[in-house]
Amino acid sequence: MTQKNSIVHPYIPNSAAVNKEKIMRELGIKDIDELYEDIPERLRFRGEMNIPPAMASEQELRKHIMGIMDKNSTCEEYVSFLGAGCANHYVPAICDEITGRAEFLTAYAGEPYEDHGRFQVLFEFESLMAELLDVEVVSVPTFDWGQAASNSIRMAGRVAKKDEMIVAGNISPDRLKVIKNYCEPVMKISPVKHDVETGMIDLKDLKEKISPDTAGIYYENPVYLGFLEQQGDTIADLIHRENGVVVVGTDPISLGVIAPPSHYGADIICGDIQGLGNHMYFGGSLGGFIGTRDEEKYVMEYPWRLFGIARTEVEGEWGFGDVAYDRTSFGVREKGKEFVGTAAALYGVSATVYLSLLGPHGIRELGQCILQNSLYAQKRIAGIPGVSLRFKGANFKEFTVDFSGTGKSVESINKALLENGIFGGKDISAEFDELGDCALFCVTEVHSKADIDTLILNLNKILK
Amino acid sequence: MEIKKDSRLRNFHQAKWDEEVIFQLHTPGERGIIVPVADKDVQDEVGDGVSSIPPKMLRKNPPALPEVGQMRVLKHFLRLSQHCLGADLNIDVGQGTCTVKYNPKINEAFVRSPKASKIHPYQDQHTVQGALQIFYEMDLFFREISGMDRFSFQPSSGSHAILTMASIMHKYHESRGEGHRDELITTIFSHPSDAAAAAVKGYKIITIYPDEHGFPDLEAFKQALSPRTAGLFITNPEDIGIFNPYIDEFTRLTHEAGGLCGYDQANANGILGVTRAREAGFDMCFFNLHKTFGSPHGCGGPAGGAIGVTKELESFLPVPLVERKGDQYEMIWDLPDTIGKTRSFFGPFPVVLRSYAWIRSVGVEGMREVARIAVLNNNYILKHLTSIAGVESPFPGGKHRIEQVRYTWKKFHEETGVDIHDVILRMCDFGFHLWTSHHPYVVPQPCTIEPTESYSKAELDEYLDGLRHIAEEARKEPDTVRRAPHSSVVHRIDESWFDDPEKWAITWRSYLKKHAK
Repeated sequence: MTQKNSIVHPYIPNSAAVNKEKIMRELGIKDIDELYEDIPERLRFRGEMNIPPAMASEQELRKHIMGIMDKNSTCEEYVSFLGAGCANHYVPAICDEITGRAEFLTAYAGEPYEDHGRFQVLFEFESLMAELLDVEVVSVPTFDWGQAASNSIRMAGRVAKKDEMIVAGNISPDRLKVIKNYCEPVMKISPVKHDVETGMIDLKDLKEKISPDTAGIYYENPVYLGFLEQQGDTIADLIHRENGVVVVGTDPISLGVIAPPSHYGADIICGDIQGLGNHMYFGGSLGGFIGTRDEEKYVMEYPWRLFGIARTEVEGEWGFGDVAYDRTSFGVREKGKEFVGTAAALYGVSATVYLSLLGPHGIRELGQCILQNSLYAQKRIAGIPGVSLRFKGANFKEFTVDFSGTGKSVESINKALLENGIFGGKDISAEFDELGDCALFCVTEVHSKADIDTLILNLNKILK
Repeated sequence: MEIKKDSRLRNFHQAKWDEEVIFQLHTPGERGIIVPVADKDVQDEVGDGVSSIPPKMLRKNPPALPEVGQMRVLKHFLRLSQHCLGADLNIDVGQGTCTVKYNPKINEAFVRSPKASKIHPYQDQHTVQGALQIFYEMDLFFREISGMDRFSFQPSSGSHAILTMASIMHKYHESRGEGHRDELITTIFSHPSDAAAAAVKGYKIITIYPDEHGFPDLEAFKQALSPRTAGLFITNPEDIGIFNPYIDEFTRLTHEAGGLCGYDQANANGILGVTRAREAGFDMCFFNLHKTFGSPHGCGGPAGGAIGVTKELESFLPVPLVERKGDQYEMIWDLPDTIGKTRSFFGPFPVVLRSYAWIRSVGVEGMREVARIAVLNNNYILKHLTSIAGVESPFPGGKHRIEQVRYTWKKFHEETGVDIHDVILRMCDFGFHLWTSHHPYVVPQPCTIEPTESYSKAELDEYLDGLRHIAEEARKEPDTVRRAPHSSVVHRIDESWFDDPEKWAITWRSYLKKHAK
C-alpha cells in the first residue's frame, strides 16, 4: 500500500479501507486516481504543497490553535474604548445558545419545509428590525454595513434612474472605501462638505451639489464621528424636491431612544447588526441590513433575499418563502438586481434572539444607559486640561476627543494607555484633513463607572 | 406507501411545533432580559441622558417589539431550530455545488474562545498577533493549494470574491489605459454570481453554453473573444461535475485577447492537490472557506472567500495584507494599485480561523484524501442513481464526474407525471434534503448531488434508498409523492403569497396590514 492509501481521518469515514474497497470494487477500479483520468497530465500538479504536517489528534490541534490565540489580548482583559463600526456590547447567553445550535449552525439552503425554522427566524429578523426602523420591509442580512450602504446607493440609482450619489464627507472612511469600489464605474460618488464646527452636513454645499443627475444622498446617523446629524428633515426636503432618494445608515442599537431615520425622511435605511447580540470577532462578525417602505418600486430593487410569510394547506401552520425571487441573480443571473449569495444569516439569527429578549423597554433602557455612560465619559474627558470634545452637538455612544491642546499625539497617548491596560479611542488624526490629534471613543453599557474613571486617571497621568 | 421493515429508511417525523411567530407571544409586561442601569454616581452627574438629545431627534413611540419572558424566548428559538435539519442531523448530500461537509466541533471551541470573539479590529497590532498570524499563515497555505502568489481574506463569500475579482480586473485594465474592455465571458454552468457580480462592475456578460459533450463550447468562446474582452470567469469542474480538459486553451485564448482569467474554485473539493489555478493558466482564483474548508454554513453565512492572485496583480488586492517582520505580524496598507476595500475591517475572521484549523487537522495528505474520497463517493452515487429508471446524467463528456453530478429526471417525469419538486418535498419525509440546481434549468427536471468526503458508505446507501423508494412510489401511488411532505414541519405552502405586491408580507407588520383585517 502506498502512503496515500493509509490515511484514515475522522472527518473522512470512507477513508477506512473496508468502505473504500467496497466502493472501488463496485465501480470496478483499482485506484481512485483512475477517476481523475479526465484531467490531462499537463494540468496535473505533481509538486508537493508546503503545508505543515497534519494534526489529526484533536488534542494536539487544540493545543496548537489555542496557543496561537493566546497571543491575542482581549477587550475583557483590557478596558476598551474602541468602536468605529464594531462595538463591545453585551451578548446575552441565549444568543450564544441559539447560534450554537447544530441545526442553525449547519443549515444552509434547505427548502422551507425541512428548513422551515431558518425561514421563520429570518422572517422574524426582518420583522423585528422593521419595528426598530419603523419601516415595512427589511432584507435578510448582507455582508456588512458597507455592503448594505453600497446596495442602498445602487438601489437609489435605479429608483431615481440617475447615476450620481451625494455622499456625506463625514461617513466612516473605511466604509467609504467599500462604497467607492462597489459603485465604480456605474455610479459617481459626489462628496458633500460638513461643517467644521458642528460636523453636520453643510447645507449650502449640499444645495450646490444637487444637480439634475442627483440620484439621492447617503449619510450616516449617528455620524461616524459620534454626534447626531440634526438636519434630517431639511436634507430630505432638498433631496425629495429633486425626486432624489434619501439613504441613511444607522446604528440600530441607538433606536430605542433616538428617532429612526424613517421619521426624518429616509427612503432607504441601512446599517449593521454586529452590536445586536454578536461578539466583535476582530471585526469579522458584521451583518448589514436594508429597510424601506413596502412599495413595489423599492421592493423590486432589493438584491438580497426577502422571506415572506404565507399560509399552508393546513390551518394553523405558518409557511415561508422567497418574495419576488425573479428579481434576484439566483433567479435570472446578471439580469437580476446586483447579486445575491451567502452572507451573514447566523448573525441575523443572533440579532433576532437579541431583539426578542430586549423588547421595547429593554432597547430603550439600554439606549439610555449607553447615553448616560457616554455622557459621563465625555464630561470627565473634557475636564482634563488641554483636552476637549471636538464637536459640540449631541452624541450617542461615540464621541471625538481633541488632544491637540496637549502637545501629544494620539499615537503616544494610546501607547501609554496600553501600558496601563487600556485600549484608547481609535486614532482618527489622519482620517479627516480638518481634524488634528483626535481620537474616537466608544462607551457602551459594558463600561462601568470604574472603567471610565480608570481611563480618566490614566489620561491625567499621561498628559500631566 | 408502507416502508418495509428491512429497508434502511427511517420512519422519520420532523419536529412540528406549530410554533407561533414571535409577535404572537407578546404579553405586555413580560421581560426577556434586564439591561444594566448606569451607576448611581453617573446618573447624578449627567442626569437621565435622554435630555441631552434634542427633542426632535428622540424616538416618540417605543418600537413595537414583543414582550416575552426569557424561557419562552429560548423555547421559541429552540423549537425553530428543531424546524431545521442542518448537516449535523441530515445526510446533507443533496445541495450540490455547496459542499455541505462536516464542520468539526473542535473548531467551534476555537471561535467561542474570548481570545477570538472579544478582540476588536482596531486594537494595537501587538495585542492581536494571534489573529494576524492566522491570516498570514493562511495566505501561505493557499499559495500552495492554488499556485497563486498572494491571498486576501477580505471577501465575505464566494460571490463577494467574484465581485473582488471583477474589481481587480476593472482596475487593472484602467491602469493600462484599456478601460474600453467591457465584456466578461462566463459559462452557464458557472455560478450565477460569476455573471451577476461582474455585471455590478458594469460588465456586459457573454454566457457560453455547453457543447454536446458538456464542455463549454470552445468555438462559441472563440467567437465571443474580442478587443472588448475584459476577461473570463469560469468554474472547473463546472456545476455539472464535468472537468473541462481544455481549460488551459480557454485561459490561453483569453490572454491572447488581452483579458484576465478568474477561476471560481467553489467546486474545488474534488481536485485539492490534483490540479491548480496556476497550472491551468489563471491570473486570479478564489476558494469558499465555508465549503471546501469546513466552516459551517450558518443558515447562509457567515462565509468566506479567499481570493488569490498572481504576482502581476498583487498590488491590486484589497487592503490591508499581513506580512511577517521578524517575529511580529504587521498589516500592510500601501499597495499602489489597490481597489481599496470590499468589506469593513479585515475579513470574516471566525470563518478564516475555522478553516485554518481544518487545514491543520487534515494536512496535505488529508486534503488529497478528502478530494479522492469526495470523487469516489460521487461516482458511487452516480452509478446507483442512474440505475433508477428515468434518471440520467446528461452529457457524455468525460469518463467520470469529479465531485458532483447534475442529474435529470426528465424521463422519469414523462413516465410518471411526478415533478422533481415533488420528489424533493417527499425527501423531507425521510429527513433528507434535495435541491434542483441553479436557474435557468438548462438540464430539465434537474437535481445536483455532491456527497463530499463526509458521509460513510452506509449513509450514502441510506440516502440512495430514499431516492429509490420515492422513484418506486411515484409509479405505484404518485399522489403520495405529489402531496408530500407528510411528516415534515409544514404542509404545502400557498405560493401565491410571494409574487403579488398586494399579498406579499415581508414583515409581521405587513402581514397584519394586508391579511389580518
